[in-house]
Amino acid sequence: MGTLLFELALTFYFAAAIISVVELFRGTKEASRLTFYATCTGFAMHTACILFRYFSAGHLPITSMHEASSFFAWCIVFIYFLLEYQYKIGLIGSFILPVVFVLMLSSSVLPRQMMPLDPVLQSYWLGIHTLLAFLGNAAFATAFGISIMYLIQEHHLKSKHLHGLFQRLPSIQVLDEINYKLISIGFPLLTLAIITGIIWANNAWGSYWRWDPKEVWSMITWLIYALILHIRLTAGWRGKKAAILSILGFVVVMFTFFGVNLLLKSVHIFK
Amino acid sequence: MKVLVIGLNHKTADVEVREKLAFNGEKLELGVLRLREIPEVKEVSVLSTCNRVEMYICAIDTESAIEKIKLFLAEFHNLNRSSFDPHLYILSETEAVRHIFRVASSLDSMVLGEPQILGQLKDAFDFSLEKKTTGVMMNKLMKKAISTAKRVRTETRIAENAVSISFAAVELARKIFKELSGTSCMLLGAGEMAELAARHLVNNGVSNVMVANRTYERGCELAKEFKGKPVKYEDFINELVHVDIIICSTGAPTYVLKKEHMHKVMKERRHKPVFLIDISVPRNIDPEINNLDSVYLYNVDDLQEVIDTNILERQKEAAKAEAIVLEEVEKFVKWVSSLDSVPVIVALRQKAEEIKKEELEKLKNKLPNIDEATMKALEYTAGAIVNKLIHPPTAAMKDDSNDRDEAVALIKKIYGINGDDGEE
Repeated sequence: MGTLLFELALTFYFAAAIISVVELFRGTKEASRLTFYATCTGFAMHTACILFRYFSAGHLPITSMHEASSFFAWCIVFIYFLLEYQYKIGLIGSFILPVVFVLMLSSSVLPRQMMPLDPVLQSYWLGIHTLLAFLGNAAFATAFGISIMYLIQEHHLKSKHLHGLFQRLPSIQVLDEINYKLISIGFPLLTLAIITGIIWANNAWGSYWRWDPKEVWSMITWLIYALILHIRLTAGWRGKKAAILSILGFVVVMFTFFGVNLLLKSVHIFK
Repeated sequence: MKVLVIGLNHKTADVEVREKLAFNGEKLELGVLRLREIPEVKEVSVLSTCNRVEMYICAIDTESAIEKIKLFLAEFHNLNRSSFDPHLYILSETEAVRHIFRVASSLDSMVLGEPQILGQLKDAFDFSLEKKTTGVMMNKLMKKAISTAKRVRTETRIAENAVSISFAAVELARKIFKELSGTSCMLLGAGEMAELAARHLVNNGVSNVMVANRTYERGCELAKEFKGKPVKYEDFINELVHVDIIICSTGAPTYVLKKEHMHKVMKERRHKPVFLIDISVPRNIDPEINNLDSVYLYNVDDLQEVIDTNILERQKEAAKAEAIVLEEVEKFVKWVSSLDSVPVIVALRQKAEEIKKEELEKLKNKLPNIDEATMKALEYTAGAIVNKLIHPPTAAMKDDSNDRDEAVALIKKIYGINGDDGEE
């Protein structure tokens, strides 16, 4: 049941990602509507899949790499819907849904069986800590897509090539504003995730901070986004520089998420 | 009855000729009514704009109608026939309909896709409607011209993308700023083109206009016009912190705004985007400025290039528009041929005959013992009644004069005679 729902979600996201990329090159209203419907259907399946696993396991399904990737993707789609609702910029999907699909694809190739949870980790902190972390990272992922849109539109304006995508992308000021908003939402979420993580670590392992690679890289991520917000507020760095930093920040997020698990030894490793 | 177009436009005649034939002001009413008085002219509407003077006519005996219209033009405008004759184009039937649809869709305009022409055509049509110089055919023709133009507008991108410097400036500003309302603009120098661009920006929401001009008095005047604020020319750089859009057209021989100035301004603005339009030749803004972050500098050539590519885009779209026009012309021509009275007369006759037959049949069934002679007499009487009843409508449809098409249309409607008019 869970597997079937997962495969369906993957298929619809795949369709949505493909249509949204096609939409980029030959934008039509139908393509944009189709993207939205495919994403909605995929999201419904995906939600059902996560709920199914939640009730079978008794906790938020984020304890294997398969579950974590899938839940990360779910959070991104959730934020994508919020953005669409507020800004109604059809093209956002073209820059975010491919990321969602890649996450779902990597989730699909990873082992899916549900592992019993280490008793040390059985705590309500599991849900709180991970939900905050994932939502924060999802906001950064969306900011990454928006920043790419910004750089494309900025390039159009600077190079004075004003057709095709230029006509359909929103103004750079709007994109900059969305980027800023997403980071200002993601940052406190990440901060809270780290704080709850520290408290939970003390409860579970008896020490607040253990220089675990995941902890270190989360801290680096936190510092990068803190820097983005700081220089924006003090020196007024915005626009292109903010977009580039936001992209860089997301690369670190992805490394923290995948790289740490694959390359380094960590207590945060998913089984 | 045939559709005719007689006229001239910017392609066939210079403004000196066009202005002499223009129907403006009172001349329009008089002209339309006088044209309608020509016996061959059954319906008429006149479109007179700065780029074209066209008479749309439904006429019988087109050759003599054309001749009389030319005579009328010469007499009405007090001109020598030879002064306008070579500039006139005369189109009839399908070609005429196609021309009208193309004009309405702005495919015949000087600036392809410009939107004013449709409004002008509507006004011309409303005017003739008011003066009662049109009828069934012209009303349908105009309605179809307008709906064709709307189809072209929605199904092609012919009217998208700016094709003038000032519209291009607005379009660009929209892609830089979140919204134009609340942004501020500075006019640096006061060229005509700069003023026009500023006016377009203000019409699209830009509030807060500042004017810095070398002669302060002229600057004050302009500022007043825009309900803005005059700024001393020497001080303009200090004001730039608060300016989002700068339109520059001073006559200065060198750069009046250099990179180091702008660098400082951007710091003070905390890198909020700035849109610079330099329409002066020689250029007044250091082109290096475009390399600064969040600064977008466009000079006159850049804008011209934007416009040129947009014009190319429009031309591509025009091909699609032409196809739509052809489709609609075909539909209209079909409708016109359905107006032809002969098939309607035949159908009406047939209908009457059927009713007669049916009723006589019923009578026979009711009175089975009726004798042959009586039956014959009854049949004869029934035939006479039918003939007398359908004679007036038939005559009206055969009458080659004023209201024949109206009569045909009306009779088709009353008797429910089908004539491929499924469009309505």
